[in-house]
Amino acid sequence: MPSLENLEWNLRTLEPTGGLSSLRLTASIFSVLPALALPVFAQHPETTPTTLAPLSTPAHEIFGLSLFVLLITGAIFFSVAGLLVYVIIRYRARGESEHEPAQVYGSVQVELAWTVIPVLIVVVLFLTTARIIFAVQDAPKPKSALDVTVIGHQFWWEFRYPKLGIVTANELHIPVSTHQRPEPTYLRLLSADVDHSFWVPQLNGKTDLIPNHPNEMWMDPQRTGLYLGQCAQFCGVEHAKMLIRVYVDTPEQFTAWVQNQQRPAVDDAAVAQGRQIFETEACVNCHTVSGTAARGTVGPDLTHLMSRATIAAGAALNTPENLHAWIQNPNTFKPGALMPAMQLDDKQIDQIVAYLLTLH
Amino acid sequence: MADQTLPISAPLPEAEAQRVPWLEWMHSWVVTVDHKKLGLLYIVYAIFFLLVAGAEAILIRIQLAWPDMHFVSPEVYDELFTMHGTTMVFLVGMPILFGFANYLVPLMIGARDMAFPRLNAFSFWLTAFGGLLLYFSIVGGFGLYGMGNAPDVGWWAYAPLTAKAFTPGHNTDYWALALIVSGFGTLGTAINIIATTFSLRCKGMTLMRMPLFVWLMLIVSVLTLVTITPLTAAQIMLLIDRYLGGHFFDAQAGGSPIVWMHFFWIFGHPEVYVLVLPAFAIANEVIPVFSRKAIFGYPAMVAASVGICFISLTVWAHHMFTVGMTSVGNTFFVLSTMMVGIPTGIKIFNWLATMWGGRIRFATPMLFCTAFVFQFLLAGLTGIMLSVAPWDWQLHNSYFVIAHFHYVLVGAIVFNIFAAIYYWYPKATGRMLSETLGKWHFWLFLIGFHITFDTMHFVGLLGMPRSIYTYEPDRGWNTLNLIISMGGFVQAIAVLLFAWNLIYSYVRGRAAGNDPWDAWTLEWSTPSPPPAYNFAIDPVVRSRRPLWDLKHPHDPDWKYER
Ligand code: HEC
Ligand SMILES: [Cu+2]
Ligand SMILES: [Cu+2]
Repeated sequence: MPSLENLEWNLRTLEPTGGLSSLRLTASIFSVLPALALPVFAQHPETTPTTLAPLSTPAHEIFGLSLFVLLITGAIFFSVAGLLVYVIIRYRARGESEHEPAQVYGSVQVELAWTVIPVLIVVVLFLTTARIIFAVQDAPKPKSALDVTVIGHQFWWEFRYPKLGIVTANELHIPVSTHQRPEPTYLRLLSADVDHSFWVPQLNGKTDLIPNHPNEMWMDPQRTGLYLGQCAQFCGVEHAKMLIRVYVDTPEQFTAWVQNQQRPAVDDAAVAQGRQIFETEACVNCHTVSGTAARGTVGPDLTHLMSRATIAAGAALNTPENLHAWIQNPNTFKPGALMPAMQLDDKQIDQIVAYLLTLH
Repeated sequence: MADQTLPISAPLPEAEAQRVPWLEWMHSWVVTVDHKKLGLLYIVYAIFFLLVAGAEAILIRIQLAWPDMHFVSPEVYDELFTMHGTTMVFLVGMPILFGFANYLVPLMIGARDMAFPRLNAFSFWLTAFGGLLLYFSIVGGFGLYGMGNAPDVGWWAYAPLTAKAFTPGHNTDYWALALIVSGFGTLGTAINIIATTFSLRCKGMTLMRMPLFVWLMLIVSVLTLVTITPLTAAQIMLLIDRYLGGHFFDAQAGGSPIVWMHFFWIFGHPEVYVLVLPAFAIANEVIPVFSRKAIFGYPAMVAASVGICFISLTVWAHHMFTVGMTSVGNTFFVLSTMMVGIPTGIKIFNWLATMWGGRIRFATPMLFCTAFVFQFLLAGLTGIMLSVAPWDWQLHNSYFVIAHFHYVLVGAIVFNIFAAIYYWYPKATGRMLSETLGKWHFWLFLIGFHITFDTMHFVGLLGMPRSIYTYEPDRGWNTLNLIISMGGFVQAIAVLLFAWNLIYSYVRGRAAGNDPWDAWTLEWSTPSPPPAYNFAIDPVVRSRRPLWDLKHPHDPDWKYER
């Protein structure tokens, strides 16, 4: 999100996150370079999942460190590449000449110098890196933290809030975490099948979801809004459409969302027919709608389907037409998704969709 | 140029090329145990697969040129990137480098063949059949389930996606078997090169007088021997998992996917060095000859190469910073990875110092090598960025990583392979490659390369992950991807020009003579192409540059070398 406004925002918020602050100042000047170059390319600043506009502490720490590393590597690049260009221009052969240039076989002093300098650079880089690794990975978990269990499935995300008794999919809601009211979110990462990786660049780096190997990561987004990301470990055919949407809510929005999610499914008599088809078809083997016979866990929980803006892990918008098309044949949006086309006729599908539309 | 000063015997009369019926000619290539013929077989085989895997890359880039493209299906896309990676690493990179080693090591150390000529032939044919097996999957990959085709699990093939439950059919089996078979071929060649350099050096060629090319090939072979082994072991374990109910990696039965990652990257990281050290080897020959100076700091170059070999065995888990290692574990691999930068830096400085004060002739081989130095510098620096574990949490599996390793694999290795072909083609065929076509090839390839791979870094920073068959139109990646794809086409045109140059110059090229570049290592003292026995008289050397000594009897190297 490299607009100028955001850049300013970066500069302001870089300081309070602590660490490296003296370097940060120089480093943030450096950040102007990519920040100015990129808007040319980034057509959609608000939906670009950029690593260059961090909005939560871990992402900030990483960004600050990356600017520092960029500064050092940039300096190395310009000096060595400068030397190369100089050598090319200065020592290129001009015309034919019979005699060879003076032969030099080496020089211990010079070689020692260019061994020692890299060693020093490595020491500096290593120590700064180690500091950030420990700061991010071993940060103490505050009492106020919200716990969410993320379970990766072939091509969709399951989110469970164990303390709140909520199960949802693909769209993660978390509260904003301010200085006055820190409320970081801790994700426990599990997988139901193969390896996946949870990556929302503006909130943190990625961490893999590996079966039999629970992982953890945290984020404390400091600004409300919608942040996009996606699965970052190849997990099969529809890996490309395993998108993530993270909604960072104000405390009030978050409480309202929680209260809605905690309610059982709406039971509207007007759509009893659709509900009946849903419950007699195989849908119930794979999907859960709380308070009904549908208790499957192969697919996303549909109890509050209509509280989500998209379906199929962001592959399509959650509209009646798309729901219809999806139930008719999931392959239209996501060829290879693990939900079968159920061979229902249009009328049945319409009735199911009418039912689903009541699941707020 | 200076031919007459060299004691080169004219080829013995029976070595004169005679016209033979083509069947006999074919037969002679199939049954050959001559290191030069086998070397050429390796190289031709690799160039063929370079074109195949390049075509795969072009299809990938067409699919990604615009968001929501339907040029290929997701399944086919997965097969394309899996085959592209596997082919480039195992059927292009390894064979071509072993091809050069095969052709040049005996010539450079004054030997008449490799230590084990028949093992050599056996190794080549194993590797060749490995490649066939991999591509046979396209027809044979239909398993019992009527599913699958070419392998489609990525060239890193992470468990448990490779388990029967997630990948039925036989494509993964073809993949594993192909790598096992070609892996044994590779081991044979590695053993052969080690034995050759230790036991067949000509009189006077001490280890510290070996051309750096030979040193690096020796180190590469040792590294190959150490790293192909865990790969082969992992493949066998995978097949046991798939067919005999083993549970090494299969998580559902309590196996560990992480163990696969360790096995794979203990192979996979040093593999990068197996591929890039030969590129250094080429630079170590080409840069001095075209700068008209001895390599700067030969002992330091040897030490740095040995250092890289050892350090590169300790860094594998930098591919696993995101799998949830402890902070201490992560820190260790940060340090070991950064340390590789030190010997690598030494090498870059030594190349610059070799050019410094020289009279640099920018013939095509030198153009490619100069670009190599530049690109390798950048690749090294992005490598440092990726070694910074927290930054890697962002960059891992993004297009930034793709950009980084293509900078290494294409910007460094492929560039130097081109340099090597322009440099040694005259030796192998007796004809010069066309310089005009060569310059076109160089500039087009350079421009295409930078359009594609420079841009990839940015799209990675903007959050685009690898291995996705398409992307959403609102992510801000559209223009960048279009640019990347266009660069791909420019490179493709350059490679086609190169292929044309190979064929055209074989027929029409200027006669090369024995020593067209006025070079200093022993291979240039033989006729072009060298006869089957290489040297009519066993050479005797007194320095690292025997031909320099011959050309400058009043100022020979052995007076000054340390
Ligand atoms: C074999 C198991 C299975 C059956 C049967 C099944 N589904 Fe699904 N369904 C899934 C899976 C898996 C997904 C997630 C697909 C993805 O995003 O990749 C899904 C996704 C959905 C979604 C989108 C949910 C979201 O929030 O993204 C809806 C709606 C849905 N299914 C409705 C139905 C209906 C209605 C039926 C019965 C007609 C049905 N499903 C039958 C497995 C199943
Ligand atoms: Cu995934
Ligand atoms: Cu590596």
